[in-house]
Amino acid sequence: MSSGTSASALQRLVEQLKLEAGVERIKVSQAAAELQQYCMQNACKDALLVGVPAGSNPFREPRSCALL
Amino acid sequence: MCDQTFLANVFGSCDKCFKQRALRPVFKKSQQLSYCSTCAEIVSATLKKIKGQLDTARARAAGLHQVAERVEALGQFVMKTRRTLKGHGNKVLCMDWCKDKRRIVSSSQDGKVIVWDSFTTNKEHAVTMPCTWVMACAYAPSGCAIACGGLDNKCSVYPLTFDKNENMAAKKKSVAMHTNYLSACSFTNSDMQILTASGDGTCALWDVESGQLLQSFHGHGADVLCLDLAPSETGNTFVSGGCDKKAMVWDMRSGQCVQAFETHESDINSVRYYPSGDAFASGSDDATCRLYDLRADREVAIYSKESIIFGASSVDFSLSGRLLFAGYNDYTINVWDVLKGSRVSILFGHENRVSTLRVSPDGTAFCSGSWDHTLRVREMVFSFRVCERRKEG
Repeated sequence: MSSGTSASALQRLVEQLKLEAGVERIKVSQAAAELQQYCMQNACKDALLVGVPAGSNPFREPRSCALL
Repeated sequence: MCDQTFLANVFGSCDKCFKQRALRPVFKKSQQLSYCSTCAEIVSATLKKIKGQLDTARARAAGLHQVAERVEALGQFVMKTRRTLKGHGNKVLCMDWCKDKRRIVSSSQDGKVIVWDSFTTNKEHAVTMPCTWVMACAYAPSGCAIACGGLDNKCSVYPLTFDKNENMAAKKKSVAMHTNYLSACSFTNSDMQILTASGDGTCALWDVESGQLLQSFHGHGADVLCLDLAPSETGNTFVSGGCDKKAMVWDMRSGQCVQAFETHESDINSVRYYPSGDAFASGSDDATCRLYDLRADREVAIYSKESIIFGASSVDFSLSGRLLFAGYNDYTINVWDVLKGSRVSILFGHENRVSTLRVSPDGTAFCSGSWDHTLRVREMVFSFRVCERRKEG
């Protein structure tokens, strides 16, 4: 903090820190468990994780050209 | 006459053991005491031991990786490039997907903004901005407009028209005005509002139609480099990251910063919310990516390797949040297992820095843009587990 910081700026900083300190926190173990649960629940829908069937894949080159 | 500094040896009664010894000053709770050398050494040894215990406790304290120890490890992933989008004349700086999971808008250093069809690699629209270094671009939720800006300090919205006679630049609307470069922009849930981040250290929310400033967000101590909106279910907040090494979460209605995180050791180049909205990841010039949980109000995971020494420029999650894709300045993309902290893939192909990276809206592919003038759309092809040698005895 520079020596030129005014009293009002410091006051604002104190108010902001008080606001941030008042946030309700949960335990990291619980938060981590919920993140993990979200991953597991949605893993089957994640194409970059489990892949997507070749037929429905828009980026896969078609095996045969449908030309008449 | 030579100057010499003498250590004044005070001789007297030690404040701890009361024996008559040569004393040295020791500070205890900002009070100065005089201890003999033996007692002073005991104090410093005790301090070292306590610090060691604290460090061990902190390391053992439940972070995400410790909690996820029992989760089955992912194997190694093979991701293949399905499309290479060529056409930019200079460094690609930013890109965004359209909600139709097919179109991509990208912007480059030469001032060009191009809209691509990623299935066919055709360029559907192209507009030349009046400035160079278009560092930010975004697709409107409706798919009917794009927003972009950079060194012009503005964010402009261009409606997309398929009428060949209409000049896209003619319908341009200047929405945001900052006092320094535009580093990031994003539409909110509708085409009506845009959120911007700027080198002037602020973020701002604008009404597209009138160009009016709806809310400004002050708090960063330096340039703001990135922002990301919370997934719509979780409410009106967004996270921003800046050159002050801080990631800040803001309430969009009040303009207040509700949470701030400062654990990175250098500029934060990219922030992205976890799909559930309860956490966000950040990529930084300190060569690490970190995961911060909003309800625990702290960093819960760090993704780094000793061999990775270049900054991460861009991060995004896969649909389930299990994978974290990060583009780096050493031309590679590293794919991390979010829960376990291990790297599941390293992707080569770009011939210069990876500057931007986004997973498609339905999570089937991801696109990376690079200073090598190209964009690459990649998919997961297969994954395999490396068999571990059974231990003898």
